[in-house]
Amino acid sequence: MNQLEKEEYLREYALLKAKGKPFFPYAIAKDSAMAVITLIVIILMSLILGAELGPKADPTTTTYVPRPEWYFFFLFEVLRIIKPPEFVPMATIGVPTLCMILLFLLPFYDRSAERRPERRPIATAAGILTIFAMAYLTFLGANAGSPNEIDMAPPADLKGAALTEWNQGRLVVAQSGCLACHQIGENGNHGPGPRLTHIARNLPAAAIAQTLRNPTAPMPSFQRLSDTEPEKFNAMVQFLGSLK
Amino acid sequence: MPRFRLPTPSRPAALQSKAKRPAGANGPSGPVETAAEGGIHVVDWLDERTSLSGGLRWMMFRKVPKGTNWFYTLGSATMFAFLSQAVTGIFLAMYYDPSPTRAYESVRYIVNDAFLGEFVRGMHRWGSSVMVILICLHMARTFFFGAYKYPRELNWVIGVALLILTFAMSFTGYLLPFDQRSYWATIVGVNINGTGPLVGPYLSDFLRAGPEFGATTLSRFYAIHMMLVPGLIAALMGAHLYLVAKLGTTAPPWMRAEREKSLIEDEV
Ligand code: HEM
Repeated sequence: MNQLEKEEYLREYALLKAKGKPFFPYAIAKDSAMAVITLIVIILMSLILGAELGPKADPTTTTYVPRPEWYFFFLFEVLRIIKPPEFVPMATIGVPTLCMILLFLLPFYDRSAERRPERRPIATAAGILTIFAMAYLTFLGANAGSPNEIDMAPPADLKGAALTEWNQGRLVVAQSGCLACHQIGENGNHGPGPRLTHIARNLPAAAIAQTLRNPTAPMPSFQRLSDTEPEKFNAMVQFLGSLK
Repeated sequence: MPRFRLPTPSRPAALQSKAKRPAGANGPSGPVETAAEGGIHVVDWLDERTSLSGGLRWMMFRKVPKGTNWFYTLGSATMFAFLSQAVTGIFLAMYYDPSPTRAYESVRYIVNDAFLGEFVRGMHRWGSSVMVILICLHMARTFFFGAYKYPRELNWVIGVALLILTFAMSFTGYLLPFDQRSYWATIVGVNINGTGPLVGPYLSDFLRAGPEFGATTLSRFYAIHMMLVPGLIAALMGAHLYLVAKLGTTAPPWMRAEREKSLIEDEV
């Protein structure tokens, strides 16, 4: 906006404002009605949906799938879509940070004087597109099963019971939250734990089992799993032991 | 045709309402009047010392432009949702205990035993969703109406800061019940934070109160959730509202002021 446009706007605005009504009681009446609706909605949601409390936090659990609040689903989905490890920080931090910077600076790069949405086609289209993209990502994030899936084909030479065990191990590892800290193939987070894609090259299966039972913090111990459900534990070890 | 009517007879003296007379030199004449006078005195006393009435008049009797519609209530509805969160949050804080060993039990006490506990916790929990929806709708309104343009750029910037802080509230509050869902989601969230460039690892360490998720992490989240971020939000909301009153709210973009012909001189 140049000086002329600014002055024109201020003049136009002063005229519209002079024709307007006082905030009290006219605008405040609408605001209060809206406040009452807001309160009613919150109360109804509380009464209908309640406030469930899940099982107590247990740092040693091995089968919990983390899910964020629904309005973070889109972020979650971005994380699922972008798999290559060198892009993960970009997806989780880079994209949101960039979006926030773009949002902060909006008034400084969109400087035209026009305000009607239909005469600002780029801004309006970008806004609508953003809304649809967020809605779509939220929808995908909401319907995604476990974020912890390991997309990996079994080694070709596995057959029969060994193959079943391998698949079970893959499932248990995927559901045990390992991917929150480790990367396996294309899945999982970059850190803080080391990458497990080729873990069996350095560690024999027995050493892997040892680490699972007796890990260094913050990794949870799988001792309990190995006591209560040894077949699951052994499947995990078998699966991890196949990662050459 | 002029119509003629007889004047209605006056009511009998006993039924006539007596005109109120202002208190004379000998003071107010009844308890109601005494109370009213007392109220005026208190207000006058305050105003003489603070001059608040000017500001109040400035805020309440400013004009909103022609065409202001229901879309303009979204901002104040967001503020109302925040106030509701503040009030329900205070009641939750009366019972909540931010230690890793007791947090879960204290929330369970709120839900199962405290009077209206589950209701208040439900309001706080779903109120956060309502606030997030309202803030997004309000932002969409100001975006599509071009309300972020001159002279309201700064108010947009403050608004984006409020948006980020609202998400920070949600993130820190999610851990507090300390059930499985909140614990694991937060672990992942903090780890994601840690992958960020430069400040990422420091931010994660700050949130966790150390390199690992430990005993003080929960109380740190609690302090951030109930003091740091709400304080910032309240302060920025004040600035946001001050600017709203100072600059006035926009008229809908399709409104045009019609000029009075007599005022336009240079039209040929
Ligand atoms: C805690 C959150 C917020 C509160 C309580 C709040 C409150 C308000 C209120 C009461 C108004 C007056 C007009 C109206 O209600 O539409 C307003 C105007 C405005 N808000 Fe917000 N707001 C919040 C967040 C935001 C956000 C996230 C943005 C944008 C990023 C934003 C940008 C604006 C702008 C540009 C105006 C001026 C609109 C105009 O004059 O038409 N606000 N805000």
